[in-house]
Amino acid sequence: MSSPLLEVRDLHVWFDLPRHRELHAVQGVSFELEAGDRLGLVGESGCGKTTAILAVMGLLPPSASVAGSVLLDGENVLVGGEDSVRPHRWVDVAMVFQGAMNALNPVKTVASQIAEPMELHGTASGADARRRAGDLLEMVGIGAEAGERYPHEFSGVMRQRAAIAMALACGPKLLLADEPTTALDVMVQAQILELLVALTKDLGLTLVLVTHDLPVVAQVCDRAAVMYAGEIVESGPMDALFHEPRHPYTRLLFAATPDLYGEDEVLSIPGAPPRLDEPLVGCPFRPRCDRAFDRCVTEHPSPKPVAERHMAACHLNDVPAASA
Amino acid sequence: MSGRDDGSALLEVQGLVVTYPVRRGIVGALRRRPRRYVHAVDGVSLTVRTGEMLALVGESGCGKTTTAQAILGMVPTVSGEIMFRGEDVTALGPRAMRPIRRKMQLVYQDPYESLDPRFRVRATVAEPLRIHRVGGSKDDRDRRVVDALQRAEMQPPELYADRYPHELSGGQRQRVAIAASLVLDPELLVADEPVSMLDVSVRAGVLSLIDGLRRRGDVGVLMITHDLSTAAHFADRIAVMYLGRIVEEGPAREIVRDPRHPYTKALLSVVPKRDPRDRTTPQILSGETPNPVDVPSGCRFHPRCPVAEDRCRSIDPRLAPVEPGRGDHSAACVLVSGEGEVRMMAGDSSGGT
Amino acid sequence: MSRLFIEPGLADAEPSKRARGSLLWDVVRERPSAAIGAALLGTFVLIAVFARLIEPYGIHQQVGPVFQRPSAHHWLGLDDGGVDMVSLLIEGARISLTVGFAAALVATFIGGGIGVLAGYFGGWTDVVLMRITDYFLVVPDVPLMIVVAAIWGPSLFHIIVVIGILLWTTTARIIRAQVKSVRERVYVKRARSLGAGNFRLIFRHVLPQVAPLMIANVVLTIAVAIFDETALAFLGLGDPTSTSWGTIIEHAFLRTAMSRGAWWAIVPPGVCVALVVMGCYLLGQAIEDALNPRLRVAHLSVKTFRLRPLAGRSEEAV
Repeated sequence: MSSPLLEVRDLHVWFDLPRHRELHAVQGVSFELEAGDRLGLVGESGCGKTTAILAVMGLLPPSASVAGSVLLDGENVLVGGEDSVRPHRWVDVAMVFQGAMNALNPVKTVASQIAEPMELHGTASGADARRRAGDLLEMVGIGAEAGERYPHEFSGVMRQRAAIAMALACGPKLLLADEPTTALDVMVQAQILELLVALTKDLGLTLVLVTHDLPVVAQVCDRAAVMYAGEIVESGPMDALFHEPRHPYTRLLFAATPDLYGEDEVLSIPGAPPRLDEPLVGCPFRPRCDRAFDRCVTEHPSPKPVAERHMAACHLNDVPAASA
Repeated sequence: MSGRDDGSALLEVQGLVVTYPVRRGIVGALRRRPRRYVHAVDGVSLTVRTGEMLALVGESGCGKTTTAQAILGMVPTVSGEIMFRGEDVTALGPRAMRPIRRKMQLVYQDPYESLDPRFRVRATVAEPLRIHRVGGSKDDRDRRVVDALQRAEMQPPELYADRYPHELSGGQRQRVAIAASLVLDPELLVADEPVSMLDVSVRAGVLSLIDGLRRRGDVGVLMITHDLSTAAHFADRIAVMYLGRIVEEGPAREIVRDPRHPYTKALLSVVPKRDPRDRTTPQILSGETPNPVDVPSGCRFHPRCPVAEDRCRSIDPRLAPVEPGRGDHSAACVLVSGEGEVRMMAGDSSGGT
Repeated sequence: MSRLFIEPGLADAEPSKRARGSLLWDVVRERPSAAIGAALLGTFVLIAVFARLIEPYGIHQQVGPVFQRPSAHHWLGLDDGGVDMVSLLIEGARISLTVGFAAALVATFIGGGIGVLAGYFGGWTDVVLMRITDYFLVVPDVPLMIVVAAIWGPSLFHIIVVIGILLWTTTARIIRAQVKSVRERVYVKRARSLGAGNFRLIFRHVLPQVAPLMIANVVLTIAVAIFDETALAFLGLGDPTSTSWGTIIEHAFLRTAMSRGAWWAIVPPGVCVALVVMGCYLLGQAIEDALNPRLRVAHLSVKTFRLRPLAGRSEEAV
């Protein structure tokens, strides 16, 4: 059997804080992706979802330290730090950033910015790169001729489309999209999501969609991983997460999300996530959990398989006849 | 707490028009090019009763925030009436407006920016009292502050009163902002995207708080939002705006389950559903909302409308009941109101009658 | 009204005594350069405050021969009048720092006032005030100071006023820019829409927000003011009845200390000026850096993240 496209094993990220303290932003995250998968990485602000994919891209700032392994096609790209990630970045793994409007250089035409990574990585050059940039712009629905214009002549959605084209410049296998539609209206959000899904199907691209928006993941992704306090607390097929959640946080997060036709009361989760600059004891979700029991106070639950390709980190799953 | 619902309309807006001049630039000014205007709000009428929540829904640039600002007297109106408790406030000067402004309060979108970082919670909540010289003694003010914090479900108030905003979570900050709006005992709350900057897990709490306030009959709520799911859950009625106009208005459940206007239908179809099994084909409109400087002729939605007919190019439809005799659900579309009242696009686009 | 929204760990925590804005203390605690600057400045301030108590000899008292070399009794020797140099330097600290602080306060008062008015009201107020500022900015400081000091006559008060009215321009421009941005913050707009008047908005919302920047400016202006005072005094335009570091240097220079090799009469006051100016710059610059987030952007650095061996999960899993 061939190795998965991406395998993240026990990834940790710490950020230096003043006065020799540390923020343990990602606390042992593991997941894998097969080619063509669409994975949603879901969580609230500060849960470590963006940090985790920045670690995969090797784009963390100097204040960060990283442990664990990121295997791309079986090769550990994290082993040599920046030097071993660089050859893969943009060539094998590319990223669409949150607020991509700011990721474009205002004084260069859009096409030349899309051609730039190709020239840098030597995948294409000169007229060839220009032609490919045109093709990519066509593919994301802007049109090749728009490439000669400058970013300020583009609307928000067009810039987002251009940012996607830029990410695809070197023909990556894996696309990481960090909140690609957060600042957009629903109608244009739908346009961008449709485009991302079409790209995964047409190009066989593998997608990781990082977002706080569960319904977006429900509509776009096959699988999702729910993050809380730097850990993946549950991961599995999207359908199972919604219909048979095995972690209380997943269940409560769905219950806190209003649905257009939902009849149930929308309930907030009391409290707030724990601080990550102090060591956590027991289950990190315990103070906000409605089903916590004595074991949750002292023992940290580790992720365990609960069904086919479905993992959850909750002690309730060890109790017979009780489900989250 | 006794309600003050007497059945009459708390806020009644008729044919509101707000325009902004477009910058001409130096070249334009030199050539004496005519000054052009953005019709941000172009003939909006709506009603909010005490104890009721009206959600004004639309995409960015549709004029929903400008409508709210005009109601609060924060931007000048060009024409139209804004009746608050039966009094037209558009005609009032700042001095006469002051006592009325006390009764209308705005809850801002971003609680990370709307609270002064150097003010303790107590000072933030007490500030409106100081500005409006309400509450004589310090004890009296303190009592009102504690009361407002309690109404905003900050329990126990003493625990939070002496904190700074950076010591509070996003949801708590928004509760402080709401407490600061409640302290003057307003009759109308205008909530501008009150939860869009908050984490999903705490949104429901803040929305339920606003919902509870109006259900107790204390206030009427005008909620500005782009999120139809939220509007469907918490509002009594929904008004959908497109390019400065309300295109459909009616009971929230009906708008969501039985939309009539093609824009509302499209908008609803692209809202992602929670259930992954419920993957419907979204009806994605191409392009973006046109620039409100160049409003299309006839029905302003016709260039993007999937069912537009020839007559839509010339007829500017007005809001009319979706079925004869139904006053509570109306849409502005010739295909919906059938033979309903339509009028030809005249030279001006000033809406209303 | 029964729901409780107490966060874990928040209920038992004491509300902090200080606003997040009390960053002066944080700056000194976290930046070594700020600590050095504050220590330097603090030392000289203490010396200046207790000058009369710690001066070992009188400053008009001849205690030995002219230009006596440094000795155990007189660590920095004697000056041209046989007066103890250490006592003179301490007295000089008192005068120089007084002039520096007072002139900086005058400058900040004028500059801060103009900056706040121009930035807050904008429009014509802004245009007029900023034009005036521009004129003051292009006038060469030192020559004008010389002229004004010469016309008004030498007195400490005049020196303070002259320096003060020439140093406010930078402060005005910096404060104006900051005020312009603060007045657009949502919480200021919220207070305005509540009906708060300009007075309240300026003094309760805007000024507290620009205060740290003003303090940084005061500190930086003190350095310039002390430097200018020394220059004026050296040129003989200082107050002849008081002893600042500048007048000490001037006297030593006029009485040929240089040609007699009496370095102790001329170098120490210069070093004092240099140390105070350096202290002010270190502290002021550190505060400014802390206030300007753009200077802290990490990803402009060429360095990248570090790898860390994973010493087993045992510590975390406990």
